[in-house]
Amino acid sequence: MNDKPHWLDQPRNLRLLWRGFLVVLVLTVLAQLLVDLHPHFEIEAVFGFNAWFGFGVCAAMILFAKALALLLKRPDDHYGPGDD
Amino acid sequence: MTDGLLHPALVLIVGALLPALLRGNARKLAIVALPLVALALVWQVPDGPVWQARFLDHTITPLQGDKLSRLFATIFALMAAGGGLFALSQPSRVEVPAAFVYAGSAIGVALAGDLITVFAFWELMAVGSTLVLWSNGRNSSYRAARRYLMIHLLGGVVLFAGITGHIVQTGSVAFTHMAPDSVAHWLILIGFLVNAGAPPLSAWLPDAYPEGSWSGTVFLSAFTTKTAVYALIRGFPGTELLVWVGLFMVFYGIVYALLENDMRRILSYSIVNQVGFMIAGIGIGTEMAINGAAAHAFTHIIYKGLLLMSAGSVLLMTDRRKCSELGGLYRSMPLTTVCGTIGALAISAFPLTSGFVSKSMIGQAAVDGHLLTVWLLLTAASAGVFLHAGIKFPWFVFFQKDSGLRPAEPPASMQLAMVLFAVLCIAIGVWSQPLYALLPFPVNYEPYTWAHVLAQLQLLLFSGLAFFVMLPLLKRTPTITLDVDWLWRKLLPAAASSVQAAWRSARQAAVDGLALRVNRSLGSIERRARHDARLSNTGSTRSMATWVLVLLLGYLLLYYL
Repeated sequence: MNDKPHWLDQPRNLRLLWRGFLVVLVLTVLAQLLVDLHPHFEIEAVFGFNAWFGFGVCAAMILFAKALALLLKRPDDHYGPGDD
Repeated sequence: MTDGLLHPALVLIVGALLPALLRGNARKLAIVALPLVALALVWQVPDGPVWQARFLDHTITPLQGDKLSRLFATIFALMAAGGGLFALSQPSRVEVPAAFVYAGSAIGVALAGDLITVFAFWELMAVGSTLVLWSNGRNSSYRAARRYLMIHLLGGVVLFAGITGHIVQTGSVAFTHMAPDSVAHWLILIGFLVNAGAPPLSAWLPDAYPEGSWSGTVFLSAFTTKTAVYALIRGFPGTELLVWVGLFMVFYGIVYALLENDMRRILSYSIVNQVGFMIAGIGIGTEMAINGAAAHAFTHIIYKGLLLMSAGSVLLMTDRRKCSELGGLYRSMPLTTVCGTIGALAISAFPLTSGFVSKSMIGQAAVDGHLLTVWLLLTAASAGVFLHAGIKFPWFVFFQKDSGLRPAEPPASMQLAMVLFAVLCIAIGVWSQPLYALLPFPVNYEPYTWAHVLAQLQLLLFSGLAFFVMLPLLKRTPTITLDVDWLWRKLLPAAASSVQAAWRSARQAAVDGLALRVNRSLGSIERRARHDARLSNTGSTRSMATWVLVLLLGYLLLYYL
């Protein structure tokens, strides 16, 4: 490894990446004003459907998984120590 | 009847002896060339029966071709070649030959025209895959291989019962469309679903696959579940139950993968998730849906192979498998990082990757059938794929925190295998026509419309936002999540040992009781046998002779009366 930190290790670049990501997010939603998405189902016709639906179901799945973990989470040597 | 064409499956199965016997460069050549020979033979298989023979009063067809068969046989052979290349530096002398038997049997199932041949190759597949697991040599692999074999032999018995019943009822051994309308057909369906990783036994898959070696798991990921997908497409297209089974698998895979810490177990849960999409497509059963399921099986084998190759490289170079101990590997393993990320984008169905052109056909089939609930669930699941495999896997393995590990890139053969599969992921995504031409039905579908690309980007990028916003909730802990394998890893052994303990104490009590009684009887015999006891009297010979005389006289008297 050389001494120069990897470009991904510089906080300035990380901030740039985040900003770029947020700009792209906004652009994908705004692009909907230019492109007809040919909604087939009624719910699809709601503005930004894929954006809020994607975000919402992902949040829901994470919360559901965390709730399930309360019941089913165990230390990883539950079935006896692995040999690795 | 055979028309002189070699059976591609047998070439690979018998040829597996070569890498077992050869050494050095000849072995390496055999490992890469054999699957390619099998691949060339697969493309020679024409439509209709090729090999036929009489077996137990039935005409079996061990080699039969059509587009669906050739599609699956093609990807199985391709995967054997890619996996073989990746495994060239594998020191185990058992693994690659076992993997070739495994891959050859999968090709055998895909090219089988009758159920007897299907069953024979089905069981051989279980043997080959168990050996692949076993050859890893660790105790944990050995135990996992035993559990794996147990489930697959169980599935095999169910399948055998179903096939026997089907042959008795219909008199036909042909492997064609069936419906779950009789006990026999239900048993066949269940036998297929066990191998597909369907509930309630899905747990065998994430239990066993992560215990393979760094290259073994690459082979394991490809054949068993996708052979089951093939068998379901052939046998049970349009069975509505499969839609719901598939949707369950999709969400099961996501939720369990979100909680998982072992990088290859994350990818194993995601196999169940991806096979769920295919099975839901088979359940929808239209031409579009079947094309989608078949195409998705094809692309999935490639990108899941690629993902597990990148995970295998990390495992080989770091000897670590837990996300909580990994991270920051992009610094010293840039090629592995890029290849793993391409696999992650492909599984997420990002535009310009193979997953985009295959999975979207299943969603389109739901739209065409006006199945709103199914479509909403499939769309939610697509977002979830990006969450659990598309970002989670590369993020925790290659980025995340700096784990301090600075492993080198893996050996050149492994890098080459990864690059080739990464190129395939993108090539199919950019240029989908060659894949579409191989599908069982004519394809009337254009994946790249502005609407489709934009909708998919919105869905995926906002899923990505959800991942990073909720990252604190996803922090990895050294834990596992209980699954149904708890039943046969904890409950059954516990029940068995308590039954054993109860049996032992009952036996002890019985033995003790018996001993007490024997002692008592011995005591009473002793008492009665004392010299002054009644039964111990010694009578005289004279009195005995007198009594015998009395008896005989009595007898004589009775005789004359």
